[in-house]
Amino acid sequence: MKRSSPVAFALLALAALPTLWVLWFLISGALAPEDEILALYGPVLTEAEGTARWTLLPSWPTLRPVVRLLLDTPEFFAMFWNSCEQSFPQAAGQILVGAPAAWALSRLRFPGRKFLFAVYMALMVLPFQVTMVAHYIVLSRLSLIDTVWAVILPGVFSTFPVFIMKKGFDAVPHALLESAALDGAGHACIFFRIGLPLGVPGILSAFVLGFLEAWNAIEQPMVFLESARLRPLSLYLTDISAADAGLALAASLLMLAPAMLIFLFGQKYLELGIQASGLKDV
Amino acid sequence: MTFRSILRNSSETRAAACFLAPSVCGVILFVLWPVCETVRRSFTDARGASFQGLANYESVLGNSAFRLAAANTARFLCICMPLLLAGSLALALLVRAVRRGARTFRTLYLLPMAVPVASIAFLWNVLFHENGLCSRVLQACGAQPVDFMGTGAAFWVLIGTYLWKNSGYDMILWIAGLDGIDPGYYEAAAVDGAGTWQMFRRITLPALRSTLCLTAVLSLINSFKVFREAYLVAGAHPHESMYLLQHLFNNWFEALDMGRLTAAAVLLALALLIVLAILLRLGREDA
Repeated sequence: MKRSSPVAFALLALAALPTLWVLWFLISGALAPEDEILALYGPVLTEAEGTARWTLLPSWPTLRPVVRLLLDTPEFFAMFWNSCEQSFPQAAGQILVGAPAAWALSRLRFPGRKFLFAVYMALMVLPFQVTMVAHYIVLSRLSLIDTVWAVILPGVFSTFPVFIMKKGFDAVPHALLESAALDGAGHACIFFRIGLPLGVPGILSAFVLGFLEAWNAIEQPMVFLESARLRPLSLYLTDISAADAGLALAASLLMLAPAMLIFLFGQKYLELGIQASGLKDV
Repeated sequence: MTFRSILRNSSETRAAACFLAPSVCGVILFVLWPVCETVRRSFTDARGASFQGLANYESVLGNSAFRLAAANTARFLCICMPLLLAGSLALALLVRAVRRGARTFRTLYLLPMAVPVASIAFLWNVLFHENGLCSRVLQACGAQPVDFMGTGAAFWVLIGTYLWKNSGYDMILWIAGLDGIDPGYYEAAAVDGAGTWQMFRRITLPALRSTLCLTAVLSLINSFKVFREAYLVAGAHPHESMYLLQHLFNNWFEALDMGRLTAAAVLLALALLIVLAILLRLGREDA
């Protein structure tokens, strides 16, 4: 296990190739002018004849499709904003509501703790489709259907982030909490002064995962939002009209960018948080 | 129990109640209530008014679309989960074995998580459309162009996407498990003359059991998300090889077929909860 083998390196590089190609495809394509996109992918995107082609580099790199999308395409801008409006509050709300709950499940003793955690785990396994109808009924009873809250609120109370953060808090040593309690610190004080700072990896990885999930939401906006003006970007890209087909890759890049930035900023903590979630229950 | 410990416990319980209150209230309102409503509705007619007994369940189980979707979903899970678990374990072992570039590889394997579903759907189209890049390669070799998403190949595209998106996540979980194994075991085994394969089978695999179970649970959760790519590319009625339960649920929802939809949802939930219980039990035994 100690030697560094060239075979291992070669295998890893091979496994990374698809990802590299995908990124290259998306980024270089976004820099190609619109007529080139139409010439290359027209047969797929529109009714054009022939087959699609792919080139390693755009013949004439330009930012014009990106600029046109941002400046001249108000519907794109609106949808970009919708995506932000539905994703950031959702991920932030998950932390706000979930972190204290995760702390209680991880580090406080109370009757029914194991049972409650089991219920949370059971709920996190259920896919969206299982509760789709009931969600619709509940949301329409609260008259939230066709508002952003219909997408945000059920997301905020998803139990998966609680699971991730609970696992993160499990790493906080009990001895530390006991000595703080001996010094007279209350439960709230211990949570804010010790729990939150030490639980940062779990919290941030829950945030990154929650954000990516919300950013890519397809089912929720499709089912809970009726008016087109609330539609997020994830739904726009697919029904990009033939007239705008040349903008498809630029739009795709602009959708990729926030997700990628958040991922790269949070990667260190994301890894730590995922690692913690795989450890045994303590 | 002394008076003081009771006092301490009750203060801890009160604190826990305060910490949990927002989350539990929200979960009851937005998750638990919908689940209970789903169960109740599965026993009533479409408007949720009159009790119908097991009629919805009979109708679901006798439905050929449900059988197809359930079989496809089961087939999908039975193929992609072992592949994913084994593949990501291999990646984890390899990443731990190289000295240089390990960080870069970890980033590259995790990155697919951040690639938006819509971008992947676009890429699928470019690659697998009848006029797409794969058809072009086929034509160059003298074969007929193929609309891959309209054939049984669609199922394998789905599997590939799932593996590509999730192997990094699972690799990190495996690495955590591998890091937790006491290196003393390997040293002792090496002294006794054990080979690499023997060590892997006798030390590494048994020690990874609880990691395996948790990784399986998390992969199961993520496996239901491939529907997004499938839906964006092929719409509500894809090739029958990748007609998943999620498609069926969606279509029944559009058709307002609430009785069957809720009954099928309860069946799916039960199946998932049984799998979850088994996996958690298996993971606990050696703890």
